[in-house]
Amino acid sequence: MIQAILVFNNHGKPRLVRFYQRFPEEIQQQIVRETFHLVLKRDDNICNFLEGGSLIGGSDYKLIYRHYATLYFVFCVDSSESELGILDLIQVFVETLDKCFENVCELDLIFHMDKVHYILQEVVMGGMVLETNMNEIVAQMEAQNRLEKSENFPMTLHLSTR
Amino acid sequence: MPAVSKGDGMRGLAVFISDIRNCKSKEAEIKRINKELANIRSKFKGDKALDGYSKKKYVCKLLFIFLLGHDIDFGHMEAVNLLSSNRYTEKQIGYLFISVLVNSNSELIRLINNAIKNDLASRNPTFMGLALHCIANVGSREMAEAFAGEIPKILVAGDTMDSVKQSAALCLLRLYRASPDLVPMGDWTSRVVHLLNDQHLGVVTAATSLITTLAQKNPEEFKTSVSLAVSRLSRIVTSASTDLQDYTYYFVPAPWLSVKLLRLLQCYPPPDPAVRGRLTECLETILNKAQEPPKSKKVQHSNAKNAVLFEAISLIIHHDSEPNLLVRACNQLGQFLQHRETNLRYLALESMCTLASSEFSHEAVKTHIDTVINALKTERDVSVRQRAVDLLYAMCDRSNAQQIVAEMLSYLETADYSIREEIVLKVAILAEKYAVDYTWYVDTILNLIRIAGDYVSEEVWYRVIQIVINRDDVQGYAAKTVFEALQAPACHENLVKVGGYILGEFGNLIAGDPRSSPLIQFDLLHSKFHLCSVPTRALLLSTYIKFVNLFPEVKTTIQDVLRSDSQLKNADVELQQRAVEYLRLSSVASTDILATVLEEMPPFPERESSILAKLKKKKGPSTVTDLEEAKRERSVDVNGAPEPAPASASAASTPSPSADLLGLGAAPPAPTGPPPSAGGLLVDVFSDSASAVAPLAPGSEDNFARFVCKNNGVLFENQLLQIGLKSEFRQNLGRMFIFYGNKTSTQFLNFTPTLICADDLQANLNLQTKPVDPTVDGGAQVQQVVNIECVSDFTEAPVLNIQFRYGGTFQNVSVKLPITLNKFFQPTEMASQDFFQRWKQLSNPQQEVQSIFKAKHPMDTEITKAKLLLGRSSDLGQHSLKKLILTLQTLWALASSTPKPPRLDACCVWSRICKLRCTGSRCAQARTLFPRGYVTYCRSSFNPMQAVGLCVLFPCVSATLGDHTAHSTMEHLSTCTSSLGPGRGWDTKGLLTGTTAGLPVQGGPGSMKSRQPVVQSTN
Repeated sequence: MIQAILVFNNHGKPRLVRFYQRFPEEIQQQIVRETFHLVLKRDDNICNFLEGGSLIGGSDYKLIYRHYATLYFVFCVDSSESELGILDLIQVFVETLDKCFENVCELDLIFHMDKVHYILQEVVMGGMVLETNMNEIVAQMEAQNRLEKSENFPMTLHLSTR
Repeated sequence: MPAVSKGDGMRGLAVFISDIRNCKSKEAEIKRINKELANIRSKFKGDKALDGYSKKKYVCKLLFIFLLGHDIDFGHMEAVNLLSSNRYTEKQIGYLFISVLVNSNSELIRLINNAIKNDLASRNPTFMGLALHCIANVGSREMAEAFAGEIPKILVAGDTMDSVKQSAALCLLRLYRASPDLVPMGDWTSRVVHLLNDQHLGVVTAATSLITTLAQKNPEEFKTSVSLAVSRLSRIVTSASTDLQDYTYYFVPAPWLSVKLLRLLQCYPPPDPAVRGRLTECLETILNKAQEPPKSKKVQHSNAKNAVLFEAISLIIHHDSEPNLLVRACNQLGQFLQHRETNLRYLALESMCTLASSEFSHEAVKTHIDTVINALKTERDVSVRQRAVDLLYAMCDRSNAQQIVAEMLSYLETADYSIREEIVLKVAILAEKYAVDYTWYVDTILNLIRIAGDYVSEEVWYRVIQIVINRDDVQGYAAKTVFEALQAPACHENLVKVGGYILGEFGNLIAGDPRSSPLIQFDLLHSKFHLCSVPTRALLLSTYIKFVNLFPEVKTTIQDVLRSDSQLKNADVELQQRAVEYLRLSSVASTDILATVLEEMPPFPERESSILAKLKKKKGPSTVTDLEEAKRERSVDVNGAPEPAPASASAASTPSPSADLLGLGAAPPAPTGPPPSAGGLLVDVFSDSASAVAPLAPGSEDNFARFVCKNNGVLFENQLLQIGLKSEFRQNLGRMFIFYGNKTSTQFLNFTPTLICADDLQANLNLQTKPVDPTVDGGAQVQQVVNIECVSDFTEAPVLNIQFRYGGTFQNVSVKLPITLNKFFQPTEMASQDFFQRWKQLSNPQQEVQSIFKAKHPMDTEITKAKLLLGRSSDLGQHSLKKLILTLQTLWALASSTPKPPRLDACCVWSRICKLRCTGSRCAQARTLFPRGYVTYCRSSFNPMQAVGLCVLFPCVSATLGDHTAHSTMEHLSTCTSSLGPGRGWDTKGLLTGTTAGLPVQGGPGSMKSRQPVVQSTN
């Protein structure tokens, strides 16, 4: 089971934090910080697995992470998950983000936090892997988008001036 | 077209985020956030009803603020209101807020559950999906209570859409994980199994995850999934990569599902032959594919392919039944060990760890030792090096222990701080476990302290002391080595502790050498004294008083040290007290009393290595225990624990080590076990179903042999079951406690242990027991008591047959029960001429046995010489004999001088005394055992038993109660005893001067004949 999914940038600023196990808010913050420090000191071309930090279960859990440009994607999993499988899953998630946002970048994650959450929800549900088929996920997102359009919000009138 | 239209943001949200990003300082950011929070709060509280869009915008802002690390304590109600909206986007953001900011307010939960219920019933698949997501993401007990009954129905309903089925399966899984008791098994389970045949691979994947978890607890219920999973797997593995279209990931067909299916199969033992053939084919295909050239250069391709491969290897290791596949797996992992991908090297090391415990592949794993050692030296990544350490630990056996320990030690010098302690523990365990030559063990541990002293935990140095105490062949060497190690200008405090202890006990063994004369030893230790912490200083003070006993020539030097102000007036109470008491002890006590008080430590009782326990605790129960158990099975206790000396042979049993001795020495007391009750059920000893009894378990003969001179321990152990024994024998009666431990997490059903006596044994040995509870819960232990009566002599041993159901399979285990004739032996008393008369009668050739054997340990002439020179009787035979007699005398005295001898107390007293002269912590232990009250009590109502008790207790009294109390106790004792008069046969003076020979002698059967001193001065 996946205990937590953390995305933060090279400076440790959280961009997406999702816990599937209850932790008090302050512990969540500590976990993000601890994980960042664990991951940061690792070179880019060494292995993608390391033992979980002290806060999130210690050696019973593994941190599996990938580093893309300015962002770290870290999944904290227990022993019931395949390490390489999770590594693939991170790739699926990122590729899906890329398809949905067209050349995704950190800013997309910041300004469309809700959308990122929805995409993640199509991939991981309650800590379990829901879907690994990228086309299926993108199709779901498109369907959501159409629904949104059809509901015809007032906000569609305000175009973002970012 | 992108699936997310970037333009459709919420303007207010974007502005807010930009503001935050433009903040120059943390303070400015907090200020901006507080402003926004106040704004949202007022909007939420305002009179004007907010429209859905505004609510959505504010909720999004709150989520963003939360992400930045600020607590959000409001907005839940607004989010809940959004749930009842008919607009998808509003509902969606409501659910998101609730899942991210879970709140346990019960009123809120009721509202949320209501909304979820409506959405589940809406038959709108999108809404149902949202609701199921929310349940899965929150996964609370309240939600399980509300929906655990409902979700299985949605899952197996014929008209449910695929995407909803997928979500429902995972949702159920989540609820089951969180509250398994709330998810009822039922008809739906068989229909869930059939989801493995579903057209939609997403549904199959979700169902496989669900079944894997459910099957771990209910294997019987889901066992039909095995054949379905195998055929599904076979279809995937043999399909061309294009067949599965969307589920093909970088040319690998449905890797995720394959992994899940292989995981599911690991919940079960190897399937029956028909299915097994097919599965073996699949596994072979997967192994073959690994050798094919890659279809893509992309790392994703090799990742996905290897994810499946590693899972296949895990399954092969789990089944542990096909030597052919195991060896192939091992070779494959061997290739990966040298792969350029760090991830693969990491995983290969990890998998090999489990492979090392299979007997088929253990040897094959060992061939990679050089690669692994190389990995330890050259890997840049600490994660990988850590795995290499684990693997070396797992592959270690007698043949390579020296090499592996040496490599680990040299790695330790540069190891990362985070893993040093673990390596230290591992080295200590391996060194002990595989030591052939204990001098090597001592060297290794001292090296360990030298290299990584800070990481050597208390357990490690306790253990080395235990081993040196228990193995007299290494004591001289240990003393010499530790003496040399202490010469180093800077040595670690742990070394001072070990050195202080060992020299205090065995310094005499090297004192013959002028280079390590008593004074030099003392000076060396004392030169470290001032650099040490209080506990170590306390230990050293104990060493000094031991020196007073061992080496009378340094007595004055030591007394001077003890008398110095820095000791007598030390600010630390413990140190001051020790100094006062030891000084007093050294001046008032005669050499004899000193020799008794400060006698060499008796062997420690056999027990589980404290280090192993620590490692287990550190690593969590799962990993190490499995490995340890596997290792134990493979190499049945290479060294075992140090052989216990007779005095502590039964230490594991309550009440105490001396219980057996009591039986030996005194007139036979009444049997402690109640006589076999007539109503006791005679467990089927006639056993006409002998055919159903399994042949004796392999290795049980060895275990049996170990029990000939031992009453307690583990009789049998496999992956499922552990059988432990505790037994006691008195005259012709005995009682045996058999403990059956279920090592799995699954219940044993129909658990029936049966005692079987062969025909001729039945007449001679009477066994009575009651049946045990037929179910043994996972992790539980049940106990069975067997009352034994020896009617006549016998040779065969009874057989214990255990039958039970574990999971789906029937288990049948037979072991010989170690009830042997010698357990009923009784000592007898006879005069010397009677004895020699009988002895001479034993002159038949068959009655004589002679055997010549090689010494197990090298005979070190230097050490022998040193021993002889000192004339100290540290020879084991004499040594333990002496102790035996002393124990007997004391206990006999206690037993015979009071009408109701509290033998237990006597035993405790003895064993505590033995332990008393030990480390600081033991002293503290003793302090809790002998509170002041005891002494006070003794003074108010004096009786002979307590006199003896006090006399024996004296050293600890003086050590724990302070000099004054001890002194007054002694005075009191002398007046009391003199008032008893000579008629009682108490030699008061003898008592007080501590001549043990002066212990009470009272007329009566079995009285001690001799009054001559049995304890000789050990100087």
